[in-house]
Amino acid sequence: MKIKLKIWRQINAESKGKLVDYSLDNVEEDMSFLEMLDLLNEELILKGERPVEFDHDCREGICGTCGLFINGRAHGPLAGTSTCQLHMRSFKDGETIYIEPFRGGAFNVIRDLKIDRSSFDRIMSKGGYISTPVGDAPEANAVPITHDQAESAFDSAACIGCGACVATCKNGSAALFTSAKITHLAKLPQGKVESRARVLKMVEQMDEEGFGHCTNTLACQVECPQEISVSNIDRMNWEYNKAKILGKGD
Amino acid sequence: MSTFLENSTLFRKVLMALTGLFLSVFLIVHLAGNLQLLLPPDQASIQFNQYSKFMTSNLLIKIVSYVLYLSIILHAVLSLIITLKNKKSAGGGYAYDKRAKVSNWYSRNMGILGTIILLFLIVHMKDFWYEYKFGSLPMDAEGNKDLFSIVVSAFGEPLYVVGYIIAFVALGYHLLHGIFSAFKTFGAYPSRISSLLYFISTGLTILLTVGFIFIPIFIYLKYHIA
Amino acid sequence: MIQQELREQLLDAKIPEGPLAEKWSRYKATCRLVSFNNKKKLDIIVIGTGLAGSAAAASFAEAGYNVKSFCFQDSARRAHSVAAQGGVNSAKNYQNDGDNIYRMFYDTLKGGDFRAREANVYRLAECSANLIDQAVAQGVPFAREYGGYLSNRSFGGVQVRRTFYARGQTGQQLLLGSYSALMRQVEAKKVKLYTKHEMLELVTINGKARGIIVRNLDTGKIERHGAHAVVLATGGFGKIYYLSTLAMGCNGSAIWRAHKKGAFMACPSWTQIHPTSLPQSGSHQSKLTLMSESLRNDGRIWVPKKKNEDRNPNDIPEEERDYYLERKYPAFGNLAPRDISSRAAKEMIDAGHGVGPMKNAVYLDFKTAIAEYGEDTIKERYGNLFRMYEKITGINAYKQPMKISPAAHFSMGGLWVDYELGTTIPGLYSLGECNFSDHGANRLGANSLLQACVDGYFIIPYTIGNYLADDIKTGPIDTSQPEFEEAEQHVIKNLEKLTKIDGDRTTDYFHKKLGKILWDNCAVSRSEKGLLKAIEDIKQLREEFWQRLKVPGTPQEINSELEKAGRVADYLELGELMCYDALTRNESCGAHFREEYQTEDGEAMRNDEDYNFISCWQYNGFDQEPILHKESLHFEEAKVITRNYKK
Repeated sequence: MKIKLKIWRQINAESKGKLVDYSLDNVEEDMSFLEMLDLLNEELILKGERPVEFDHDCREGICGTCGLFINGRAHGPLAGTSTCQLHMRSFKDGETIYIEPFRGGAFNVIRDLKIDRSSFDRIMSKGGYISTPVGDAPEANAVPITHDQAESAFDSAACIGCGACVATCKNGSAALFTSAKITHLAKLPQGKVESRARVLKMVEQMDEEGFGHCTNTLACQVECPQEISVSNIDRMNWEYNKAKILGKGD
Repeated sequence: MSTFLENSTLFRKVLMALTGLFLSVFLIVHLAGNLQLLLPPDQASIQFNQYSKFMTSNLLIKIVSYVLYLSIILHAVLSLIITLKNKKSAGGGYAYDKRAKVSNWYSRNMGILGTIILLFLIVHMKDFWYEYKFGSLPMDAEGNKDLFSIVVSAFGEPLYVVGYIIAFVALGYHLLHGIFSAFKTFGAYPSRISSLLYFISTGLTILLTVGFIFIPIFIYLKYHIA
Repeated sequence: MIQQELREQLLDAKIPEGPLAEKWSRYKATCRLVSFNNKKKLDIIVIGTGLAGSAAAASFAEAGYNVKSFCFQDSARRAHSVAAQGGVNSAKNYQNDGDNIYRMFYDTLKGGDFRAREANVYRLAECSANLIDQAVAQGVPFAREYGGYLSNRSFGGVQVRRTFYARGQTGQQLLLGSYSALMRQVEAKKVKLYTKHEMLELVTINGKARGIIVRNLDTGKIERHGAHAVVLATGGFGKIYYLSTLAMGCNGSAIWRAHKKGAFMACPSWTQIHPTSLPQSGSHQSKLTLMSESLRNDGRIWVPKKKNEDRNPNDIPEEERDYYLERKYPAFGNLAPRDISSRAAKEMIDAGHGVGPMKNAVYLDFKTAIAEYGEDTIKERYGNLFRMYEKITGINAYKQPMKISPAAHFSMGGLWVDYELGTTIPGLYSLGECNFSDHGANRLGANSLLQACVDGYFIIPYTIGNYLADDIKTGPIDTSQPEFEEAEQHVIKNLEKLTKIDGDRTTDYFHKKLGKILWDNCAVSRSEKGLLKAIEDIKQLREEFWQRLKVPGTPQEINSELEKAGRVADYLELGELMCYDALTRNESCGAHFREEYQTEDGEAMRNDEDYNFISCWQYNGFDQEPILHKESLHFEEAKVITRNYKK
């Protein structure tokens, strides 16, 4: 199949970027979207041009590195799919495809489609953990956790940190990302202990990074490759309000 | 005040939710009061005017009404702050944007809907509240200010009725997202509670919207066409 | 003579005295310690933030050392441990099915075809129970029974249920656990985390590892970092085959550059070919996605009995299907170990029974399991894998069997390490997949997460102290020393060289070619003839690489192509070493199957008399034949038998 591309090219964070036109003639339906970009880059390199920089690594939907805004949607036209899992069979022969980096006030373009998501790490460093010492721990079966509780915690813990929730949010809010971790840990008995302090610190950092307010448009859960539910945001709100009213300690 | 509003994104949303829900409760009371307009003409006139007098003279209601004005202002000012901050955190937008596909339009346009409501509110307050308080209203048979007749005559103008309907549709969509969203902001996370609240929010929204739209149409048809 | 002496000293495995079951506790009781107050005077560099790296960095920091942690990804959470699906083994015996440390030790040793060090393997099993406790404490949401207790599943090569899992994302959940422990230490300022930094050189001073040279991948800036010890936890190098289950960025550069500085490589050709990956669908392909081995718990593997079958799989009647694993290995059936399953699949495909458009796959069928347990149960067990399969292939595997195929997956080989996980360079340690330690010639499923975690959480925190106890008076490592200068210049020159060739072929061109050479000659099966040819081909390709490579841009900026080129340049040397490694081992063991050494019915023929050793390779200069050293293996407790998964 043949496709036309309009790809965001930008030299660095300070410079202004623009959409540049490309076209590819020998795209196959079974190609993944990123393999299509590989193909383009091969052509560009041999022509002596700079290839398009884009984030990618595991190419199986779990590392959360890839994140492209494709045809006006985070991770492209399919719901619950990461960019690397998107295949060219989802596009029509002759179609024009727009590719832009994920945007958000707290995400900066590094070059072309590569972005800086270190803000997520900083949010996690404020409390996205259980403060257990490494090396020794109580017997794993000492505290029973019901099947449903564990499954539900897993649903929240499945976040891959790709940033699609921020990219698709009209407010650039990181509520889904932050709440998924808060909720994962709040749902487990071992994580409850410090849940109030955790939510306050993580939300504070989230705000500090410049992420926006959550308006509950629910767009994030549609675009999330792991289909993380917005009920995590409700839970974060609950934990936050509780902590605000009761205080973070005792 | 500034540090108060400078607080966290979540806290600002809680204030939006609190004021919004309070305003929604007011809307229920307001609609209940307005339903008196649907009574047979004689009875409606007397009862509505009595009710109006009660609502403007009772001390407790006076206090509540100040809370109400404050809520409106806070809700509007906060929304402005939030919108401005969100604009910054959105990061400039996309050259090609099809995000409209993944969420409801009214959830993305609460600010515009709110602005329509605010404009409506100004007109509405001027036409009735201001008139009642500071205008020279005729007296009814019982010696109460005759707001009823002002209301009836106002809705004789078809364009005025249409204007009201548009405002109430905007209000309806605003509430459709707003009420449920407020509960989410409070943290109504368990799925059963969330579903129940969704049912209640949507039901309430339909009731309020239909009720508010029905009254001007009813008056127009009953007093000006029939 | 001097050479000989040096060899023996270098290859001292430092196995503690005493009975097998007591070695580790004896070691822990007698190793030297660094007191808490002295730890803050010591710096440790950790390369890689996968399970082993982040676990080690978090553990060091918590103990009180100053840690610098590096990864090439944009976040520590993205290291490729994240992609491990199936599970992690532990001898908890929660299922009361007769499991214990010894049995797990023996299963692992046997699975590795008795080509691993007994003491290391025993320690792995011994520490496994503690890992589950640790992970649960960190909030890893392992699968649970309805009563609230931890659930287990079976994995290949084992007859008990000892695998703990979090749906099909166990690696992700364990990694998020260790990542969270790491981020906690970052917040506590005990770890300085450098993401988007790639290690390009090891700095040794007076024979000891004292620092590294890294490149900031966002700016191209070259940086020096000094420390009292350097820990490599850089994962596997299976990406050398180009098509593999690994991430695009996975590489062997850190260990290769350490190798060139004197660290020995052990059995680098021992690569696990995973039997249940998705087949290649075209030449454009960049990656083969893995389907967890756990699928083999409920899926049945078969091929059509008829060659070149082109009917829809659902139209092929039972009697025309060959469930070849169940037929050949009745005792283990579909859960035969990976090396055996992969080889069996390759045999079937080579014999013309392959399915799919490229006739390069076999079927993995869930029909029986769905009939028995219902679609919902299967969905709960493997839902995300089925969804992933559908996303990639567009096929609903609840309705049609999956098509799977063998793919390069795990590097059993890697830097040689002793019992303390130390390499042949004092102060340089190697953890997790990048070392050769526990898996022998074949790794059992769900043991890789375990090894990475155990190395990082439970072993290195003790053994590094035994080394650093000598360094408490050293003071900070000064990076203005000439050794740093020299290493930095070397790195800069190398980068310039890559960008200045300005030829007419891309890095991927060479990588794909190299991958093909290795896949054909040094993968599922190997032969002397093939390996000799492969060595020649690689030499030639390497020459072509240095003449015709094209890397646009400069080293002084963000440049993905340059990153790739550097890695492929190393692969072109490492690939050759792999071939030498396979060539010099005239036996078949585990994943190393030499066509010349097989039984009449096509099973691997091990030669314990002549090859009961680990091949340890010393670097001997660019384009020079490497030097082979041997570490003989001694089995004191385990009975060495021929693997037989038939009965």
